[in-house]
Amino acid sequence: MKPPPFEYFDPRTIREAVSLLREHEGEAKILAGGQSLLPLLNMRLARPEVLVDLNKVDGLDYIREADGWLAIGAMTRQRDVERSELVKSRNPLLHAAILSIGHPQIRNRGTVGGTLAHADPAADVVATAVALGAEVQAVGPEGERTIKAEDFFVTALTTALEPTEILREARFPALPRGSGWSFMDVARRHGDFALAGAAVTLTLGAGGNCSGASIVVFGVTPTPLKASEAEQLLIGEKPGEKLFEEAGRKASEAIDEPMADIHASAEFRQHLAKVLTRRALAEAAARARGMA
Amino acid sequence: MATARKVSLTVNGVPYEALVEPRMLLVDFLRHELRLPGTHVGCEHGVCGACTILMDGRAVRSCLMLAVQADGANLMTVEGLSPRGQLDPLQEAFIEGHGLQCGFCTPGFLMSLCELLQHNPNPSDEEIKETLGGNLCRCTGYQQIMDSVHIAIAKRQGAGAASAAR
Repeated sequence: MKPPPFEYFDPRTIREAVSLLREHEGEAKILAGGQSLLPLLNMRLARPEVLVDLNKVDGLDYIREADGWLAIGAMTRQRDVERSELVKSRNPLLHAAILSIGHPQIRNRGTVGGTLAHADPAADVVATAVALGAEVQAVGPEGERTIKAEDFFVTALTTALEPTEILREARFPALPRGSGWSFMDVARRHGDFALAGAAVTLTLGAGGNCSGASIVVFGVTPTPLKASEAEQLLIGEKPGEKLFEEAGRKASEAIDEPMADIHASAEFRQHLAKVLTRRALAEAAARARGMA
Repeated sequence: MATARKVSLTVNGVPYEALVEPRMLLVDFLRHELRLPGTHVGCEHGVCGACTILMDGRAVRSCLMLAVQADGANLMTVEGLSPRGQLDPLQEAFIEGHGLQCGFCTPGFLMSLCELLQHNPNPSDEEIKETLGGNLCRCTGYQQIMDSVHIAIAKRQGAGAASAAR
């Protein structure tokens, strides 16, 4: 269980990195935090001919606020997001998602860009990106482009990035005013990949009725599922147990073929989707009312 | 075979320079090239924590790093806790608290704790568990590890008080 041989490059600029991807098109893999790639290399489930290590590239490690959005450089360690007062105060949903990633040792190396580009179905930040309507900045030989989260995650472990593109930055919008949020998942052990999870925002209008909602269920389908029908159910309604129960049912019904593996059956994941949606909405409503 | 690369790094305060194949894992580099076998190889896919070391003060899984990535870094392994043979209070605490049996997981636990206690000298049980959740032990059942951590915290506070009094 040692990595197969590969050619290794550690460029100093993102332009150099993109050149390398172009030069070795199709045969190169980006190495960021390594917390997902190294296990694959060690088990030889991935056998790239070339590794392009981004850890020496300057200027990709930052957390900035601009126009209410949080712009996070791709090589920002998850641990730095965890410890950021800016993130904690401006985007507690993102903060909760980051805290949910594995263990501190993983977060010390794992990066925000890496987890997004890896696109694991159960990844916490991936789900949160969809729930918030985040966007990523990709840079390739032809230039830069912005990709919305809803278009970015194509299927399990596959994103809209071209083989010659690098994710350079992720931008997360602030929660809408008057919103509560909730992030919860179920796993056998703390730190394990979620069997299923929900990332939710709920906005209450002046009269106390739901004026907006974002419900994302993850770990159940190859990419995070935005439960739009469940969201629609809530608009204009008074928040309450029965309403959330119905929303949970709707979210669960929207799942055609829940994933099944040795960790959880399809039926269990479908059930978890329902329960977690209901609980997350209740928690988000409590936060919105300022009572959490 | 890929071209060997030069790495320069500091481990436990000692500078080293070596030529390594890019695919060599950091944990194997430490154990075989630097002959520091205190860091252990458990799972090679980042779940057991036996390979935990400190890199620039942060606890990392050395089985998930390539040796070439440690170029220019400042590492600490378990050997760094007792540079002149005398056990660190953290290690003594593990003996007193029966925090080890076979000892295979222990270096990883110690290094994870180093980072925690550096940042947070008086962590809550929740914080301790959060830190140690990434380290697996098959022998102790974890309770004695928690006891050992409590003893270690008390020792450090005792030492702190003693030096403050001077």
